[in-house]
Amino acid sequence: MTPILVIEHISRRFGGYLALEDVCCEIVPGSVHALIGPNGAGKTTLLNIISGTLRPDSGRLLFAGMPYAGRRADQILAMGIARNFQQTRLFGGLSIIENVMIGAHSRMYERPFASALEFFGLGHSEQSARTEALKTIQFVGLSAKLAARPDQLTLSDQRRLEVARALASKPRLLLLDEPAAGMNPTELAELSKLIERIKSSGVTLLLVEHHMRLIMAVSDRITVLSAGKVIADGPPASIQRDPQVIAAYLGQSDEPALHPQH
Amino acid sequence: MFEGYWASVAIFAGINCLMGVSLYIPLSAGLISLGQGGFMAIGAYLSAVLTKAGVPFAAALAAGGLAGAAAGFLVGLPALRIRGIFVMILTLGFGAIVRVFFSNYEPTGGASGLGGIPPLTELWQVAAANLLAVIAVYRIRRVRLGRALIAVDQDDTAAEAMGINLTRTKLLAFSLGAMIAGVAGGFYAHQALFIDAEQFDFSRSALAFLYVILGGAANPFGPFFGAIAVTLLPEVLRFVQEWRMTVFGLLLVALAIWRPSGLLPGLQLWRR
Repeated sequence: MTPILVIEHISRRFGGYLALEDVCCEIVPGSVHALIGPNGAGKTTLLNIISGTLRPDSGRLLFAGMPYAGRRADQILAMGIARNFQQTRLFGGLSIIENVMIGAHSRMYERPFASALEFFGLGHSEQSARTEALKTIQFVGLSAKLAARPDQLTLSDQRRLEVARALASKPRLLLLDEPAAGMNPTELAELSKLIERIKSSGVTLLLVEHHMRLIMAVSDRITVLSAGKVIADGPPASIQRDPQVIAAYLGQSDEPALHPQH
Repeated sequence: MFEGYWASVAIFAGINCLMGVSLYIPLSAGLISLGQGGFMAIGAYLSAVLTKAGVPFAAALAAGGLAGAAAGFLVGLPALRIRGIFVMILTLGFGAIVRVFFSNYEPTGGASGLGGIPPLTELWQVAAANLLAVIAVYRIRRVRLGRALIAVDQDDTAAEAMGINLTRTKLLAFSLGAMIAGVAGGFYAHQALFIDAEQFDFSRSALAFLYVILGGAANPFGPFFGAIAVTLLPEVLRFVQEWRMTVFGLLLVALAIWRPSGLLPGLQLWRR
């Protein structure tokens, strides 16, 4: 089976700092693929490169077999790769539904005639986008919060809303950057179910996360980054026993990840 | 005579409302223009030349709007690479270039101006254009483009990651605003009947900015309210005679102190 995403020899430098060095990785369609590693390992940088927010210095990216490095972030989203942000970046000037409708932006009407119809309230695209957004909001379990403004939501709900916004683009690959950060055990259990629901809807997930219990529960495969390099890649059971992985984590003074944060 | 005077004031107020809206649309995507007077001049000169050559007023207005939009597109291209205050400097420079161009361009009268423009602007036309503008600023918030403008203004990285083409969205907003300024220029020329480059100097652009800020930049009706207030106040203040502009200035200072976000409150138009 063609991997949905192939990362080939990706390197990226920030000034004198080598954030990613010759990173290679393949993601199987329909899987939940976790990307873990100590703080500063380059996980978010890699996510930014995959989603087009950053350009790689060298290397290739293939989406369903097609090279796409160098495209703009909006083109990459339209191609089928959506993401959330580690620090949530919702649009505070838009309502919850409108935030989700932004996710559908690239799939919506665009031609002048259709735009004019919608402008005068004569079309049906806006209405169907709204209905679709409501369904997505229900899918992530936020239906009860519709009356709130995005900034009135709890952090956990804001993350969920970002997931809904990303799902509204109907991606084939969803990149989630630390979706569990700051969540309590109840919220974590719900997140875990949400990830399963997304997976069973046919979307492949690439998950950057520190929360080991969640990762072990949901991932099919794990790639471990440390100091910009891939140090291990394999199914969860083998990663857990990998001496290099254990060393990379235990070598860290703030001991973040092998223990759940709550 | 009196009626004619107030009709004329109403027409100029309506033209100023259009100028306010022309600034409001790019502003809602975070693009602050100090060159709207330049787009207005292009629309004014082109439409005046066309009607003097016998072209129907409606076609001349449309041509002025299109020329404004084309100029907006060209100014918008470099403006995409820069942000905030640099967009203001760039558009300020554009306004100055247009003014200098028309004061030296002999075919449109150069420094002595362009006169003999037929009096074609009527109140109902300006009112109709404003009605369209009201619908525009109200409805744009409810459609794909309007959402994109707000998203781009608030967080362009996130907006691009969510599939919004930043270049296209910003250029569209800039061109749309410039088109409205071009149409406003067309109405202006056929009401003033004589135009010269000095009528489209920096204060013209700054006033458009003032309408929006005074009316309330967070409210789609702010530009209309601000433009009407700024146009009518000096007329209403005629009883203080030679102190008129001084009192007007003091009122603006008072407003800046007590209502810094404009006269109209922010209208978020939340929808479920």
